[in-house]
Parts: sequence; C-alpha cells; structure tokens
Amino acid sequence: MSKPISESTPPAQRPVRRWPDVSFRLVALLAALSVVALIVLVGWELYSGSRLAVAKFGPGFLVHSRWDPVSDEYGALPFIAGTLVSSLIALVIAVPLGVATALFLTEMAPVRLRQPVITVIELLAAVPSVIFGLWGIFVMIPFLRDHVFPVMQSVLGFLPFFRGPIYGVSMLAGGLIVAIMILPIITSVSREILRSVPNLQREAAYALGATHWEVIRIAVLSYARRGLFGAAVLGLGRALGETMAVTMVIGNRPDISLSLFAPGYTLASVIANEFAEATSDLYLNSLFELGLVLVVLTIAVNALAQLMLRTLAGPGTGKVN
Amino acid sequence: MTVTLATSFSTAAQPAPPGGPIPPAAPGEPAAFDIRGFSLWYGTRQALHDVNITVPARRVTAIIGPSGCGKSTFLRALNRLHELTPGTRITGSLHLFGEDLYGPGVDPVVVRRRVGMVFQKSNPFPTMSIGENVLVGLRLNGVRDRNFLQERLEESLRLAALWDEVKDVLHRPGTSLSGGQQQRLCIARALAVQPEVLLMDEPCSALDPLATAKIEELIQILRERYTVVIVTHNMQQAARCSDRTAFFYMGKLIEYADTRDIFTKPANPQTEAYVSGRFG
Repeated sequence: MSKPISESTPPAQRPVRRWPDVSFRLVALLAALSVVALIVLVGWELYSGSRLAVAKFGPGFLVHSRWDPVSDEYGALPFIAGTLVSSLIALVIAVPLGVATALFLTEMAPVRLRQPVITVIELLAAVPSVIFGLWGIFVMIPFLRDHVFPVMQSVLGFLPFFRGPIYGVSMLAGGLIVAIMILPIITSVSREILRSVPNLQREAAYALGATHWEVIRIAVLSYARRGLFGAAVLGLGRALGETMAVTMVIGNRPDISLSLFAPGYTLASVIANEFAEATSDLYLNSLFELGLVLVVLTIAVNALAQLMLRTLAGPGTGKVN
Repeated sequence: MTVTLATSFSTAAQPAPPGGPIPPAAPGEPAAFDIRGFSLWYGTRQALHDVNITVPARRVTAIIGPSGCGKSTFLRALNRLHELTPGTRITGSLHLFGEDLYGPGVDPVVVRRRVGMVFQKSNPFPTMSIGENVLVGLRLNGVRDRNFLQERLEESLRLAALWDEVKDVLHRPGTSLSGGQQQRLCIARALAVQPEVLLMDEPCSALDPLATAKIEELIQILRERYTVVIVTHNMQQAARCSDRTAFFYMGKLIEYADTRDIFTKPANPQTEAYVSGRFG
C-alpha cells in the first residue's frame, strides 16, 4: 500500500524563478507608457510648431474666415465649418444606411446570404482612400452634377442649403464620399452590437404577438441603442480626420456658404494640400495650428458624444436576469 | 375588469378562493388544446413523434421529462414560437378551442396574442419602465385609451401579485427589480394582453425557493381564469401545482394523466422510473 500523499517525498523541483514575472511586467509597462509618450509628443510638436501663429492671431484664429497666404493672414473658421459639415452629412447618410444593413444582416437575411454581404462590406473598407477619390472625381462628381444635384435643387430649392450654382465639386460631394468610407465601420460595429442582443429579448416580443418590425423596434433597436450610438461616434471620428478622398472632391475653397452645392475645405484637406507650398514661417505655423485644432476638435466631439451617451440615452442595458 | 377577463372563455367562470381545494375537472369543460398526430422536425432531426394530447381549459397542465425530451419544443409549438428557428417542419393538427392554429391563412402573430408565454429567464425590456413593460403588448395592439391602459396595468400587476411591491416605482426600469420580481413582471406583461392560454417554460429554474413559492402560488390563482401549460424540471413543482401531467421521453408523449395518478400510480414503467428519480 502506498503512503498517504502528505508523507511521500516530492520529486526534486527547480526553484521558482521570479525574473520572467518582473521582466514581463517591465516590458508591458514600457509598451503602455510609449503610447502615452507618443500622444504627448504629438501634442507638443503641434503646439511648438504653431507657436508663431498662436502668438500672432490668438483665439481670433478660430473665428476668422480669411485664409490669405499672399498677405499672410490666416483664419481657421472655413476649415472648421467644412470639417464639421462634411462629417455631419456623412453621418446623416451613413448611419441609417449602416444600421439598416446591419439589421438586414442580423435579423432578416437568409443565413447563406450573410457571409457574402459581410465580405463585400469588408472589401469596401479595404479600398484605399485615393481610389475613392479618383472614383469620386471621374464617376461620382459628373453624375451628381448632371443628374442628382439639378433634381435636388428643383425639389428642395426652397431651402437655402440647396440653392446657388452647381459645380459638382462641393460640400455635399465631400460628405457623400466620406459617408461611403465610414459605412463599413458603422455597419460592422452595428452588426456586432445587434448580434449581442440576447435572443430572449426577441422571443419576449414575439411571444407578445409582435410582428417582425415590432420585434426589431421594441426588442432589438431599443436594447442596442447605446451601442449603435457608439457605432455612430466611431464613424464620426473617422469622418473628421478623413483626408485624401475628401480633398479630391470637396472643391478646396476656404469659403463658408450655406449652400451644400458650393465648394468647401476641411482641416485635414488644407494641411495635406498646402503643407509643401507653405513658404513663410507664419504660413507653416498656421497649418500646424490647424492640425492642433483638428486634434482638439476630434477629442472634443468624442468627449461630447460620451457625455451624451451617459445622460441622454437614458437607462441602458442594465442587468438583465 | 374581472368581467372582461371571464368573458374570454365561452363557459361561465367558477371563481374559487385562492389557494382553495382544486375543483375536479368539470365534465363539458372545453378542451383548450386538441392535438392530434403532431410531429416536429428540426431539419432532418425529429424532435416530436406523433403526439396526441388534449389540454383542458382552466387547468394547469405540467410537462415533465428529462433534458432533450422535447418538452420545451412542444411548448414552443403551442404558440408557433418554434418557427423562429429556421428549418422546422410539422405534421399533424393542433387546435385551440376548436380553431386550427396551423391552418392556412392563420397568422402566427395572432396565435401568439392568444397564447402568451413566460420564459426560463426573466426578460423584461431593459429600456422600458415597469409600467411600459406591462403595457407594451397592448400598445403593440394599438390600444391608446389612457384610462383603459391604467386599469389594465393595475389589474395585470395585481394578478401577477406584484402590484403592492411596485405601485410606487412604476417609472423605474423593469430591470431594477429582483429576479423573482422580474419574472412576475414578465407574467404581468404576458397577462396584460389577456391571452387565452399562458405557457410557462421552466419559469422558476433561475429563482430561489422563496421566489419560486411566490410564482407557484400565483399559478394557483391564475388557473381560475387561464389555461396554464408549464414545463418544469422540478417534479415536486409539477406535483404541487398542476392538475394534469404529461411525461415526455425522447420526443414521445409517454404518459398523460391526472397529476395525482402520475406520481402515485404511473401506468408506464418509464414514467415510474422517472418520477421515482431513477433516471433523468
């Protein structure tokens, strides 16, 4: 009979080594710190690179709408407005489209159809920005100019947003191209959110005699609304910083116009366009300050969205037993 | 309001004091469900084999059996909820108060309004308040009359034995309640649309003994007005609160009799083995 386990002598074991623990902790800490350092560095560079402009224009930089390299006068307002308006247009188009696509994929599409559609959407995300821009210039702009915009003007012309001459390149075209580009992220995030809605919620609605649409409305969309709002915010983050394709279709004119048919300019576009030709120090500093404004704007919009998420969205998906 | 509830049935109500003795099955009481030769497939897998059963109205019928025996499938077939699973197919007939629920042109949405359901886990809508949760079914049906909704809200919550606990917090989210309260809220939600039948799929399996006792007490009250079909894993529960018990095994209805008989003198040896705890 063998001895009880407590009396048997254990086989020789090597002593516990501590150094993997310590070194791993150090490596992980360094990785985490480097991210923080990177952000601080970017912030510092943007700040130090824009000091001349900040000193010369002060806070007026944000509200002046004159951008004139010849007389060395710079104001950021047209670019801030252009960035916000084009992103807003993109959201207005892409959020309903993306959420509806996600709903179709999770709630309606036959199982065999789902994966092909998802693959196509992912392909859309893989197309380089400049390709969208080219397509925008050669296909979308002429089509909008000749067929879509005139119809919109004749139908919605009573609104100030749809008046004025039509060039093709415009704020609306810029928003449209950004909408296409943020559609994949909004769709795939929304799809994940909708997939996370418990089936029990759907069944609860079905068992009450709800139709398919009613189930989607009371059990799926309302359960997922916080998450869907988050998907929209993610899309907005992308839209604010989108550069290449927008630059190619928005018209690049630093004017503020009520008409969406008029050309506009965004913060990202002007930096990309004019960086190489910024001859004077003040010009370069002003471009740096635009970069600073873009970063701050993006952070502010995200923070605002977080705040809205907490207060406006109401009771969320709390504990469900 | 009691009047409205009672008139959902063709026969006169026979109110008994809550918790009183179980009245014997009255002869001539119409059958709620009349099910003949009912089989159900998930794809190629047959889940129910040729089930024949008559579920009496205004009685509690318990469905027992080991896991995977088809009892939940059977329950979900009663309000056509199984159709949410793609690839299901049925044969046979299923009548509710003489009406073929699977007949041509019968909308499953209408069937589910007549046959309410409570699930294993409580599932109140988390974005709705307690009051909204109860009334959501009526609102779906297009009821807008405020007074009527208010009356129905109170009545449904009283019927679910929840009114006294929540009457001052109706605006709070449904998910702020405890587990047992949430389950009673779900019962109130199902009752608010005045279904003819209430299906319960292991309604107490996620609850503690105290909450379970409350639900069982509630079932006793409900059986005065409603036809209740309850699936349960818990044989004591079936014995305590049902009038008739059906034992399912491997997708077949093995035995169906008065609850007393099933537990004291089962006719089938498999039933006896199961209720005496020898398998399952």
